[in-house]
Amino acid sequence: MSATAELTRGGGAATSGSAPLRKSRLARREAMWGYFFISPWIIGFLIFTLAPTIATIWFTFTNLRLDISAMQFVGLANYELMFRDAGMWSSLLVTLRFGLISLPVAIFLPMLLAVLMNQRALFGKQGFRTGFYFPYIIPFVASIFVWAAMLNPETGWINMFLRWLGMENPPNWLLDQRWVYPALVIVGIWGIGNAFLINLAAMQGVPTELYDAAKIDGAGPVKSFLNVTFPMISPVIFYNLILVVVGLFQYFTVPLVLNQGNGQPGGATMFYNLYLYKNFFVFQNMAYGATLAWFLFLIILATTMVLFWSQRFWVFYPTGDRK
Amino acid sequence: MATTTMEPKATASTATHARSRGVNWRKVVNSVILTLFAAVLLFIFLVPLAYMTFTSLKTMDQMTEAGAPLYPAEPETWVDPETGEEYPVYIVPLESGNENLALVTRGRRASEFVDPNNPDELIAWEGSWRALERPWSWAPAWSNYVEAWVQINFPRLFFNTLMIAVIGLIGTLLSCIMVAYGFSRFRFPGKNILFTIVIATIFLPAAVTIVPTFAFFQMIGWVGTWLPLTVPHFFANAYNVFLLRQYFMTIPMEIDEAAAIDGASPLRILTSIIVPMSTPVIIAVMLFHLVFAWNDFFSPLIYLSTEPNLQPIAVGLSRFNGIYGSNPPLIQASALMASLLPIFLFLISQRVFMQGVVVTGVEK
Repeated sequence: MSATAELTRGGGAATSGSAPLRKSRLARREAMWGYFFISPWIIGFLIFTLAPTIATIWFTFTNLRLDISAMQFVGLANYELMFRDAGMWSSLLVTLRFGLISLPVAIFLPMLLAVLMNQRALFGKQGFRTGFYFPYIIPFVASIFVWAAMLNPETGWINMFLRWLGMENPPNWLLDQRWVYPALVIVGIWGIGNAFLINLAAMQGVPTELYDAAKIDGAGPVKSFLNVTFPMISPVIFYNLILVVVGLFQYFTVPLVLNQGNGQPGGATMFYNLYLYKNFFVFQNMAYGATLAWFLFLIILATTMVLFWSQRFWVFYPTGDRK
Repeated sequence: MATTTMEPKATASTATHARSRGVNWRKVVNSVILTLFAAVLLFIFLVPLAYMTFTSLKTMDQMTEAGAPLYPAEPETWVDPETGEEYPVYIVPLESGNENLALVTRGRRASEFVDPNNPDELIAWEGSWRALERPWSWAPAWSNYVEAWVQINFPRLFFNTLMIAVIGLIGTLLSCIMVAYGFSRFRFPGKNILFTIVIATIFLPAAVTIVPTFAFFQMIGWVGTWLPLTVPHFFANAYNVFLLRQYFMTIPMEIDEAAAIDGASPLRILTSIIVPMSTPVIIAVMLFHLVFAWNDFFSPLIYLSTEPNLQPIAVGLSRFNGIYGSNPPLIQASALMASLLPIFLFLISQRVFMQGVVVTGVEK
């Protein structure tokens, strides 16, 4: 751009040269304005995203603590410590185990709910849509208390209902190692609102001609879902999937709120991110916290890369472009 | 916006209904069954709200008493008008049927009761009074709200949350509108790459930046103040930038070109054309931010852990649970009070709100 300006200036002030000159000056002005307007984001990105990310890597090679000001370079000591740290591995396992239980619910429940809400035969769609989205806006901490109380083995309505059905020893839910993960999934169930709305909107955007064509070809409801709806909404499912996976790797708010992050029952809720938080915030070990954070980031990055690669097998982009 | 995908559908389906009116009973039955099924699901989904409301109005006595009903209630009692003494009322099976009688003399094998309608006559009854059930009557304990309000220092928490939310809201609006305008209206080198990075930050795990960010705020003395919770919002965030940009791009360029020819600067075009034309999406951004601020737990927890007087509602609620965990009615009352503002905002603006969600989720 500046090169063109130079050339035209060098070529003399002929009338033929003045048009591109004005254009490039305009273009430069336009670009200046553009950079000016996006500058808050650029500054924010540098200060609050890029710099801390680099600092995290740098911290991993030091012995930085919040309570001690002296800092030394310690090479790979943090990594050595981390790979030998049984606490880290068990918390990673806890996170993976919970993730495998939670992921299908987080993906399929909103999808199935959206399928139901998308039925032409359903009366009162607007009301249902609002109703199923509604609990999403209840503050998360408040909803944790509500669901934890619902799951109380003695006074909660869930076990009261199970007893009424005739079950003699309903589960102890959050207090029982075997039931704590399903219980945590239930505690988080009001969080499906966003994914539900997005799924529903995507389904409503599928052209009706496609369903008509499938019907002519003799496809029943299940077939037309698998061959029309699913491929057409697959980009949205993919988007949800990435968000859910990134979120699940960082899961820890519920156990932190419910039992101050003590990992009960029996360490089953000592999630990776909780372990990270304890090291960095409670034990004030910045360097080790950063190492755990960096390792988590690499795991998440690797997982999302595999998911992005997997798109070619199941995600359908009508225009052929791929994110 | 997303309305376009929803509106024509609705009219089209009513048209089909009109054409086939009064004929297809099977369709009607199908619809009714489907709707009932959805209604049952919705009921199960929302039943904890009833639990929250009912529990918040119960007394601790009712929480621990076996056989108490699900709704807030008190066991009936009878006060002897002569002595002023209070007696519990039980459902007593007599030969004439069940009667609600007041227990005046307790005995292991047999007890004496009095009919509140006819207090002069003593009724002897054989059997253990402990096995009898008590009649309950609806009695909400509103005092739980008063107690929670005072104990949790609700006005303080509410004020803190609102201040943090509003300061952040101003920052979000200013910065996100600017950035979205920049991305939607100007050509500059690197624009596509920069916008891709904006979107990519949505997927960036927060854990990777938290340690140095905390250390940085600690270093400059911001830990223990609202600054770490408010200042970053002045530097835009991906969701709102994306939402605003999508909307700005639907405003025809000709409008700003005409204004530019009249000599309006880009800043002027933004404030007097783009912003006034984008009220719905700006309202959506405001709502998202308020709900976000009401929800935000982790950041205030780590930055304000030593300053209970500055904490917002989510952190205050969790601290309250640590202290009053054994008193479910107070916990539920405080959870309900904390939810009221977001619920209210949602109810008055659900359309704008849900459309905003759809735009950020579907159009990317």
